[in-house]
Amino acid sequence: MPDDAEIIKNSDSDSVPILSVEDLRTHFFTDQGVVRAVDGVTFHVHAGETLGIVGESGSGKSITAKSVIRLIEEPGRIVSGRIDFRGRDVLTLDHGALRRLRGGEVAMVFQDPMTSLNPVLKIARQLVETMVEHGRFSPKAALARAVDLLGRMGINAPKRAVESYPHQFSGGMRQRVMLAMGFSNEPVLLIADEPTTALDVTIQAQILDLLRELNADFGTAIILISHDLGVIANICSRIVVMYAGEVVEEGPAEKLLADPKHPYTWALLNAVPRLDRHTPGEKKLVTIEGTPPDPLNWPGGCRFRPRCPFAIDACGEHPALKEFEPGRAARCWVTQQGGVLPAVGVVADAQSSPQPRAAARSTVSYAVADAAVATRGEVLLELRDVKKHFPLAKTSFFGEPRVLHAVDGVDLTVFKGETVGLVGESGCGKSTLGRLIVRLHEPTAGSIAYGGVDISHANSATIRPLRRRLQMIFQDPYASLNPRMTVGQILSGPLQFHGMTQGAQATASRVRELLDVVGLPALAADRFPLEFSGGQRQRVSIARALAVSPEFIVADEPISALDVNIQAQIINLLIDLQQRFALTYLFIAHDLAVVRHVSDRIVVLYLGKVMEIAPAGALFASPLHPYTKSLISAAPIPDAAVERKRERLRLTGEPPSAIDLPSGCRFRTRCPIATELCANEIPPLIEHRPGQWAACHFAGKL
Amino acid sequence: MTAVALPQEVAAPASSRRRWLRRYALAVAGGVVILFWFAVALLAPVISPFNPEFVDIASRLQPPSYAHWLGTDALGRDVLSRVLYGSRISLIAGFSVVVISAVFGTVLGAIAAYARGRVEDLLMRLTDLVLCFPPIILAMAIAAALGIGTTNTIIAMLIVWWPKYARLARSLVLVQRSQEYVEAAHVLGFGHAHILFRHVVPNAIGPLIVMVTLDLGNAILVFAGLSFLGLGVVPPTPEWGAMVAEGRELVQQWWVATFPGIAILSVVMGFNFVGDGIRDWLDPHARRR
Repeated sequence: MPDDAEIIKNSDSDSVPILSVEDLRTHFFTDQGVVRAVDGVTFHVHAGETLGIVGESGSGKSITAKSVIRLIEEPGRIVSGRIDFRGRDVLTLDHGALRRLRGGEVAMVFQDPMTSLNPVLKIARQLVETMVEHGRFSPKAALARAVDLLGRMGINAPKRAVESYPHQFSGGMRQRVMLAMGFSNEPVLLIADEPTTALDVTIQAQILDLLRELNADFGTAIILISHDLGVIANICSRIVVMYAGEVVEEGPAEKLLADPKHPYTWALLNAVPRLDRHTPGEKKLVTIEGTPPDPLNWPGGCRFRPRCPFAIDACGEHPALKEFEPGRAARCWVTQQGGVLPAVGVVADAQSSPQPRAAARSTVSYAVADAAVATRGEVLLELRDVKKHFPLAKTSFFGEPRVLHAVDGVDLTVFKGETVGLVGESGCGKSTLGRLIVRLHEPTAGSIAYGGVDISHANSATIRPLRRRLQMIFQDPYASLNPRMTVGQILSGPLQFHGMTQGAQATASRVRELLDVVGLPALAADRFPLEFSGGQRQRVSIARALAVSPEFIVADEPISALDVNIQAQIINLLIDLQQRFALTYLFIAHDLAVVRHVSDRIVVLYLGKVMEIAPAGALFASPLHPYTKSLISAAPIPDAAVERKRERLRLTGEPPSAIDLPSGCRFRTRCPIATELCANEIPPLIEHRPGQWAACHFAGKL
Repeated sequence: MTAVALPQEVAAPASSRRRWLRRYALAVAGGVVILFWFAVALLAPVISPFNPEFVDIASRLQPPSYAHWLGTDALGRDVLSRVLYGSRISLIAGFSVVVISAVFGTVLGAIAAYARGRVEDLLMRLTDLVLCFPPIILAMAIAAALGIGTTNTIIAMLIVWWPKYARLARSLVLVQRSQEYVEAAHVLGFGHAHILFRHVVPNAIGPLIVMVTLDLGNAILVFAGLSFLGLGVVPPTPEWGAMVAEGRELVQQWWVATFPGIAILSVVMGFNFVGDGIRDWLDPHARRR
């Protein structure tokens, strides 16, 4: 495809780019065939620039980044193309020069901070090694610099920190160490591959702030790879969108996110619910059909055509990446022929500035929320002072027995037909609470009543009839289905066990019906879970929960392992099922925008205690608890213009351990308005406004 | 960041059939050897030229000849016939020891891991207790106490054999029991026995099968060893270990000990190769290369 080599001129094209990648092709020669993971990618990075690469899993974004420093391992190979870094051809560098490049001029930070540090070496050793290896510092100078850098990365007491081992640090802290290591040789380019995906929103916001500062202070160019448009919008000045191993759109962040010119970008933007644009009552998300294409066999013509809602006849031919205005290019026949994609988030009025819009929305939300409160039906689930403490091993033989306070006194009432969202950082006890409700765990104290029956300590036999009414959907679609059973067996097991169908015929037809309900073909019954994608597996998981015709479903992060478009499909499915079968949901998630989108009421959990309970609209319009406020403020919005203007309330530090809890209010150690009162007295959960409860001495004062 | 391995030169992608053959050639060879011995064990009465227990003092310690292909032993018995018949006892002993102890150990270990708490403590301390003793010495002691005989030796071996299966099964089940599909089964209301034996154990069985195959050779070897020490079979019965023992002083008449020794070697290696092959086949990491 010679047209792919067409160079996109940057708006500030007078400067020579530090990195230019041209027509890069990285293929993997597997047993099944050739995977063309990166298939003709061209992009440039200028000095000090922040470039975002976005796309769903399998789009080739990570492989592109790894190719830049030739980190491709067997059976992968860079087949063709050119990578020019500051006048040097990376593809022909010998191993010595390549090593000087890696970690010297180009640094890389990976997604998983838990595995990218060597667990048996002290932090100091790992940092010093990197610097000494490149011959720029003596060991002594390197150590002093390591301490400086850790301080610069926002690590408290860096002198003590360098003497620690990686396991003594949390994920966020390790990512800071990784950044310190990356910056230790003053690189010209930092490649960050999903650096915040494994972190909580509040920590993510801290790391993103840090990246922005480092870019400004050191002038280091950054390539940020992410699936999250909000994260990209937060940092990047220019964005490259990848699909099926190709660049499909490129442009400055503001313009590209506000006015996408490729249907795939458009679909990505539409698939995520946005915190700043919420229409009460409007629950369906705009999704595109289908699943990501098979990398062994990309579709012919435009690779996006099979999923594209705007496809025309011309799309049978492969389109070129064409520049249509300086710095902006798209690989799409529709927009190249003057076609216009519908505005993103059609329901929101794009003209008015975000400030008044938020205010206008909040009054509407209140009205709706109050209506919801008024029409509440019967109580389905009632938790009273529920606690779950996990005993831990003693540190020494004579040591005090230690206890992890996963859930520590939660009161919650769920009414029939509503969706209650449960949010909080990891470790706040939200998953434990979900598992207590379906009685996978037995509570240490307190009572759980379901439909008026106390199930707190019911044994498995007495709870069995209730199992039909109370189900759960799990987070990881790869772990939640038994790999040795066909989908048909997975679905018919509970039907037969609970005697819901008589005879093989009836069971088979009910299985087909269930598959149909979740949008899978009847043929799926004979297949094993291995043959399905993540989204399809999650549908099977939902079908299994529906098999026993439950009325209440605990959904534990049902979409966090999925790509954004698949997320939107699953959200739509869940909303649709709720309407069809009058389901009640407890929806656990860490993504605030999603929780707000699906929930009627939201519970904010922190260290095992409820901080705030409120109708969704009220919670986001006027949060009472400082923690709620900071969570909302930390969640990124996929709109570069909005992201830059947003006022933020940054949380410092990390949640304290659930083993040694702070006295008084649990949030006081990170709270910007904490006083002595907060340290001495536990604030009770009080109804401050109708339906809005908060556990804070100074509710609404921030 | 400097510790990242350099990309290796990629060999030209071989055709998948050739790669399969290279990967599993030894396993196939091992499988052929094992099938051969199975056939021999089944057909021993048909293919043996002599009665293995027929004593003919007149033609004692004959070297390999046309009449006696592998020669005769100190009592003039045909070595070939004895080696062929010996496969029966070795295979039966090996299989019964490994299969019975694998089933018993797996059930015990799986229950321990699934139940946790006191049940686990009790069951695992019991396995530790058995593991404390040197296995061969313990088996010898038990076999000697029970008296000489094939069944008694098998029982003695079973007693020392099951703990390693219990330990492996426990660790495998521990990994599986916290998986979300197991939680889903709990939420659907299935009983414990159903969850453990229909959901958890089938997913934990892979490494156990590998261990069983690798262990078969080992069990045959140990059984032969006990027989060599005079604890295995009652004398006239043909058994490889006992035959090696009979020939160990006969340096001049090398054929008496050598051929049963080769038989032991081939069976043990055969099971090992097959076990390695199955392990590679079940392990996706090894499979990729």
